This record gives sequence, C-alpha cells and structure tokens, in this order.
Amino acid sequence: MAAEKTITITDSTGVHARPATVLVNKAGNFASDVTVEYNGKSVNLKSIMGVMSLGIPKDAEIKIVAEGSDENEAIDAIYETVKETGLGE
Amino acid sequence: MTILNGIAASNGVAIAKAYTLEAPNLSFETKKVDDVDKEVKRLDDALAVSKKELEIIKENARRSLGDEHAEIFSAHLLVLSDPELITPMEDKIKNENVNAEAALDEVATMFINMFKAMDNEYMRERAADIQDVTKRVMAHLLQVTFPDPALIDEEVVIIAEDLTPSDTAQLNKQFVKGFTTNIGGRTSHSAIMARSLEIPAVVGTKTVTEDVKDGDIVVVDGMDGEVIINPTEEQLATYKQKQVDFEKQKEIWAKLKNEPTLSKDNTHVELVANIGTPNDVEGVLNNGGEGVGLYRTEFLYMGNSDFPTEDEQFEAYKSVLDQMGDKPVVVRTLDIGGDKELSYLDLPKEMNPFLGFRAIRLCLERDDIFRTQLRALLRASVYGNLKIMFPMIATLDEFRQAKALLLEEKANLKGEGVDVSDDIEIGIMVEIPSTAVIARQFAKEVDFFSIGTNDLIQYTMAADRMNEQVSYLYQPYHPAILTLVNNVIEAAHAEGKWAGMCGEMAGDSIAIPILLGFGLDEFSMSATSILPARTQIKDLSREEMASYKDEILSMGTADEVEAFVRSKTNQ
Repeated sequence: MAAEKTITITDSTGVHARPATVLVNKAGNFASDVTVEYNGKSVNLKSIMGVMSLGIPKDAEIKIVAEGSDENEAIDAIYETVKETGLGE
Repeated sequence: MTILNGIAASNGVAIAKAYTLEAPNLSFETKKVDDVDKEVKRLDDALAVSKKELEIIKENARRSLGDEHAEIFSAHLLVLSDPELITPMEDKIKNENVNAEAALDEVATMFINMFKAMDNEYMRERAADIQDVTKRVMAHLLQVTFPDPALIDEEVVIIAEDLTPSDTAQLNKQFVKGFTTNIGGRTSHSAIMARSLEIPAVVGTKTVTEDVKDGDIVVVDGMDGEVIINPTEEQLATYKQKQVDFEKQKEIWAKLKNEPTLSKDNTHVELVANIGTPNDVEGVLNNGGEGVGLYRTEFLYMGNSDFPTEDEQFEAYKSVLDQMGDKPVVVRTLDIGGDKELSYLDLPKEMNPFLGFRAIRLCLERDDIFRTQLRALLRASVYGNLKIMFPMIATLDEFRQAKALLLEEKANLKGEGVDVSDDIEIGIMVEIPSTAVIARQFAKEVDFFSIGTNDLIQYTMAADRMNEQVSYLYQPYHPAILTLVNNVIEAAHAEGKWAGMCGEMAGDSIAIPILLGFGLDEFSMSATSILPARTQIKDLSREEMASYKDEILSMGTADEVEAFVRSKTNQ
C-alpha cells in the first residue's frame, strides 16, 4: 500500500530550483521511496535533477507517491511544506 | 619585471602573491581499472570534498550577500548528493571497469545535454549549474586546483579575465589585497565592487592573465592604474612607501568623517554613497557618508534562481534603513533588462539593449514584478528616511504611471492595516537627454532629480560605454553634458526641489568644483570617494566657482573645460 497526494502548483514560476531544493531536502528525511508524477512521467523526489527535469509549470497537477515504512508521515510532511512555501495546494 | 597599464579602478596599493582565477585543465584519459571498489571510493571522496567546499562557499555567500543568494548553492549541494546522478556513475565504474573521471564525465554530460535540450530557457541554464558542480568534482579527481575566491586563505592579488558578481561576492578582504583584470572600465561591475570593498584594483589591462603566473609577486597601484609583475627591490620599496603615504592620507581624510560637508564660504552640500547591498552600509558610515544617494536594487534579483519575494526585499530595505538611522536613503527601483539579464526572466535578444526594453519600461509592462518591489519598499518606509526614484524615465507619462502604481499599492497596504510613511519623496533618475531637456516640466511633478551621468553621457554622446573603440567619447566635462546638468539643477531649484547626481562624475575632482558652482545639492559616489571629496570641497569657494559658470558653459570642448578648472583649482 502506498500513500499518495495530488497537488496543484500555484507558485507563479512553477517548481523552480528553490522550491525543488526544499522538496528534495524534505523527501530525503524519510526512509520511504518517494516519487513525483507529472505529465505521465514519474521521477525520484529525492533527486534534484529528476524533479527539475520535469519542468513543472504553474497550474500543473502533480502526484506525490510514497512507499515504505514511513509513507504516511512522508506524504503529510511534504504536503505541509508545499503549502507553507506557497508552492501549491 | 613587467609593467602593465590599465584603468585605475579603486584607490590604494596592493602587494601580494598572484592568484589566478582561471579555469584549470580538466582533460583526462579514459582508463580501465581493476580495483573497482577503490575507484568508487575515489569518486565518493571527490564528491565529499566538493560538498565541503560548496558548504563554505554557501556560508560565505550567505554572510556577504544574504540568504537568498546562498540558495543557489543549496541546489548545487543537492546535485552532488543526487542518487540519480551518483548511482549511474558508480554502476558505470563497477560494470564497465572505467575510471571515475570517465564515469563522471559520461553521466554528467548526459544530464547536461538533457537539460540543454529542454524548450525552456530557465531549464537550459540549469545545465550550466550541473556543469559547474561536476567540474569541481573533476578537478578533485584529477588533483588540480579549482580556483575559488572563497577558499583563499593567504594574502593574494587576484588575476582574472573579469570578475563576475558571484566572484566578487566571495572575496574575503582579509586575504584578497587587490585585483586586476583583463577587461572592464571604471564603471564596470568589478570596479564598482572593488570600491565598495575598499580594495585596490586595476582593470582593463588586456593581458594580465597571460603575463602573470600563480605565485608571481604583483603590485596593483589603484591610483595610477599600473600593475607591476615581479618588481625589483627598488620598485618594491617605492610602492611600499606609496602604501604608507596612502594610509597617512586616509588618516587625514578620516578626521573629516564626522564633519558636515562645507565649502570655504560655508555652503553645505550633501555627500552620500552608492550601494548595492545592505552589507555596503558599513562602508558608507565608516567613510562619513551623509546618506545613501543610490541603492541599486538589481543585486537582489541578479545571481538568483527566482524573483526575490516581497518579504525578502522588505528585509533588505529595512536593514539598510535601520542601519542608516534618520539619514536619507534613495532607493532606485529595478533597473533590469537590456544588457542586465535575469536567468529566470525570458526576454528576447535585442539589437540595442541600452536603447531597449529595460528598467521602468519593463517594470510598467510587467507590473506584477514592479508592484512586489513597491510594496516591499512601502512596508520598509517606516524604518527610516526613504526616498524612491524611478530609473530611465523618458516621458512625463512614464513618471505619472509609475507614481500612480506606487500610490495604489500604498492605499492597498493601508487598507490591509499596514503602516506606511507619508513622507516618502518620489523622484526620478535623469539619464535620458529628453528628460534633461524638459527638466522644467518634470520639476513641477517630481520631488527630486538624481542625475545618472554614466548613462546620460552615453546617450547624449551616442557612444556605447561598453565599446572601447568609442570610449574617447565618454566625456563627462563635455559642454553638452554640463549644459544638460546645469539645466536640471536650475529646473529643480526653480520649483523649490533638490538635485543630486549619482554617476561616477559626482566623485570626480575636476567635476566637483564645476558642480559646486552649478549649485548641485547632493553628490552620490562610491563610499571611499566621500572623504577625499569632502576634503576638496572644504577648500573651494562656491561663490567663486559659480562665477565661472557662464564661461565654462560657453566653452567648445571638454579639454578646454578641464584645463580651465585645473588652472582655477591648482590641480
């Protein structure tokens, strides 16, 4: 069973280096495998280059999926960060 | 021993070992390795050392430029821990028995090409980030020095083709005694930074990177624009004496630090400083600045991965206002576009960037960017004596539109219950000849003028200041320039307003007597020019200088003006 959450990006510049850095750092705190899906592609959320390579723009819908021992905590923490930083909702 | 002539960019004499900031040779051979575990460890070690260095660079950038400029290095650090980058490299070593250099190069190149191929300018530029960090790792694998101003820990003179904003941001004054470059002029970024850091610099030597080797002893004479490579004993003694003399001169200047700027006949003028970041304020106060005459806000936007947020800007403006107390702080709103690009703002390439879509033109079109800055400024206004000016104003309409946006955001903030000062003066930069010509009409609507001479000269003389072949036309004392300057000052005074100047000319020892005579109220210059200027003005009579005004304005050439001023002021 994996935990997941769909998020809409509201930041006017999309997921650029700065928010990507915050997300990757956050994901790295958890043991679970965490991925982000956008536009039919799925990449490792612990990889800055993976996340940036998606080129996620404003208004994009992305899905975060976590699988592992702390999957629920991971999803909650990442979603919390997204809201706190004004990246999306 | 070799002597090179360049452009004197920042006062003082530096004598130290050369440190060249040049890209090292990173070529390598692809080899087969037997002990793959050892090779993987070699890669991991190089990554670890690189990370440690980036932590130091990040910390330095944070200290000298603030949190937001340090953010880019957080992203760089993540690249070096990225499993999608590291795992394929390790796999390559293990499965193909290749050396770490080859594995690094192949995987990094793949990612770089992937980013380069994206249809988004911002993403394409990220390729350069990956290139930067992987170069550092490669240098460690090859055991060659990767030059890095942040890591210098002995006294040196830096030798470079040119210094970028991020290079200069990392210079530690304790060790970097001076620098010299191949390209640049008195108004180039590196020269301005040298003066705000108060380290001697000579720019535009054309060949210094070819003539100097690491470890050579180099003298940088920032007064006369000379660079001496491996000086003789005799020369060394001469320059050491010059260093001592300069220190003594600085002590004499320092006596005037807390004095007001008064001419011999007791006219007060304001000597204020040009700054780029909150960190420059310390230098302003140490040099007896009576305020800030030009706060260039571009540095908040440049060398960054994204637009600075309203809160980030607010913190920077508040910091400057707090530190300056009740002294005036004139903030220039964003002057970007044209030749000053932002990686995250996609603008079309232009044939004539200096005549193009920049500064207020861009801000009025992209008012989302502009409003964020205006709100941050308005919120900060209650922390000190803030004045706001708009750059590159060519028409009254532009000024009216910009002012309307400012007032709109002020009303919005008040509606939100936020405190905003009601005493903010709103002025303009006068750097476009059309504005200087009808300064009378502008003076009825603005609170003040600040004459930006660097641009005013290039636009009036139709001479690109970046083009060395037409640099002879950069003539601050040309009667045409002086006529425009005088026109602006007279227009301001006719409406009871004040006029300042924030170009290099305001700190120039030939221009100062002329401007004093014209009645200029405020002179804004590099912080280190303030005390020499105050010393000079103390011995000048404003009334006498004013009596030469008509004669100067009727002259035909800049040379005549210069010779005349020299003869009247014993220079």
